Amino acid sequence: MNKLLFGRYIPQDSFVHHMDPRAKLVLSFLYVIVIFFANNWWIYLLMTVVALLSIWASKINFKLFVDGILPLIWIIAFTMLIQVFFGTGGHLYWQWGIFSVTSLGILNAAYIFVRFTLIILISTLLTLSTSPIQISDAIESLLKPLEKVHFPVYEVALMLSIALRFVPTLMDETESIMNAQRARGVDFGTGNIVQRIKKIIPILIPLFVSAFNRAEDLATAMEARGYQGGAGRTKYRLLKWGIRDTIATLIYLLMTVVVFALRFF
Amino acid sequence: MAITFKSVSYTYQPNTPFEFHALNEISTKIEDGSFTALIGHTGSGKSTFLQHLNALLKPTSGTVLIEDATITHETSNKNLKPLRKKVGIVFQFPEKQLFADTVKKDIAFGPENFGSTPEEAGKLAKKMIELVGLPVSLLDRSPFELSGGQMRRVAIAGVLAMQPNVLVLDEPTAGLDPSGRQEIMHLFTSLQQSQHFTIVLVTHQMEDVANYANHVIVMEHGKIVKEGRPREVFADVEWLHDKQLDVPASTEFAFEMVKRGFHFDKLPLTEQELADDIAAMFKRRRRSNE
Repeated sequence: MNKLLFGRYIPQDSFVHHMDPRAKLVLSFLYVIVIFFANNWWIYLLMTVVALLSIWASKINFKLFVDGILPLIWIIAFTMLIQVFFGTGGHLYWQWGIFSVTSLGILNAAYIFVRFTLIILISTLLTLSTSPIQISDAIESLLKPLEKVHFPVYEVALMLSIALRFVPTLMDETESIMNAQRARGVDFGTGNIVQRIKKIIPILIPLFVSAFNRAEDLATAMEARGYQGGAGRTKYRLLKWGIRDTIATLIYLLMTVVVFALRFF
Repeated sequence: MAITFKSVSYTYQPNTPFEFHALNEISTKIEDGSFTALIGHTGSGKSTFLQHLNALLKPTSGTVLIEDATITHETSNKNLKPLRKKVGIVFQFPEKQLFADTVKKDIAFGPENFGSTPEEAGKLAKKMIELVGLPVSLLDRSPFELSGGQMRRVAIAGVLAMQPNVLVLDEPTAGLDPSGRQEIMHLFTSLQQSQHFTIVLVTHQMEDVANYANHVIVMEHGKIVKEGRPREVFADVEWLHDKQLDVPASTEFAFEMVKRGFHFDKLPLTEQELADDIAAMFKRRRRSNE
């Protein structure tokens, strides 16, 4: 459980950390979209360089990113295998029923590996360098235009930040409940699938009970401090677009242009 | 049942920026039949220490000897179950672990995991609920309908039903009213005497330490900084204050009297001792006046 990097913010004094979270969010999205247009090694090389450059600019230990990829390695491997065995086209190396290994299939599998890895790297960079509260502020700010169509932007942002805020709390809670049940003789990780599912119940029910209690306490505490919804509420953390954001945006736009040039010309 | 720690260290999330050394080279022995109190302020490593007592955590280095089973970082997770039966842990706010639809099922959960038949476990549930001082009629109620104090007792009954040899208590009286606190502590001491339990108690209530414990471990920054009988540990009031720890109110009272020129042969730990000492003091004074 501790290995999970999701929502783990690592404070640093770096270029990336001082960027506007909106810029980081939008650029990460842009990166993920652009990578789906990649169809040759030059593009992948360029995008790898951009990703590594961004990571370098964040001053976060690269080992952490590797740790972020490792838990997902099986999903990547599985996707690659599907590509290798079901991919068609190019030179045929081996065939057995519906399975076939072709040169194009292998190439696609390699592409997928790089693509997956880069997407994980860039999204890990976003979550490691941006605190959850900044991310939800950024989402709120980006969704602002939707207020015109009466979309409850503020409430959604609040829900999001509360949810993010309680992820670590709930994880701690899960761990302490698991410990209590293990101390009462539950052996997680043994038994067949039905037995294993049954063992989840003594964790899930206490977890739900405490989550509901916590929600109620939180609501009471907010009300007691005179909380009222969106309109007229000022912000403690103001989002400011700075020179760093412009620089980063230019680099990413340049990357996008080059990728499209390499792809279509 | 004795538990021995031999230079045990434990590190949370090693080799990450979140690395945290919770225990540093801890060596101690919890004697069979003893009542050990573990004190230290928040973050001193008490909870990590507790989780080593039944191998919920395994030492990063060093060994823990639970009776004759040796636990090191290489010990496999299999076959730990018999240990967990022998060492029952009542965690902080144990009512959080309740989950079953009836009190009876919840108390029977532990014994059933350790291989009791449902009938045996049901009998145990009945016995334990009486032991913790709740009416048997509660057995068929949902644990979530009970009051906070009752839930706490049900959770404690659930651990007692495992019939452990060692009972580990992590602030079992936190959040209870004074009478509830006294009743629960009384329950544990009477259990210790009648069933020869070994008890390990984590607490911030120094009165409980003075009244019940015969062995005190003081922890700070993952190390044992003092260890001994309550009288030895509480003898140095200033040192404990320096560690942000309290002493029993009676000891504190006597300590203040000493500052104002009174003399105690040794600082009293309980109200009874304090009263006796003061009475003796008056007697002496009257005699010297005569």
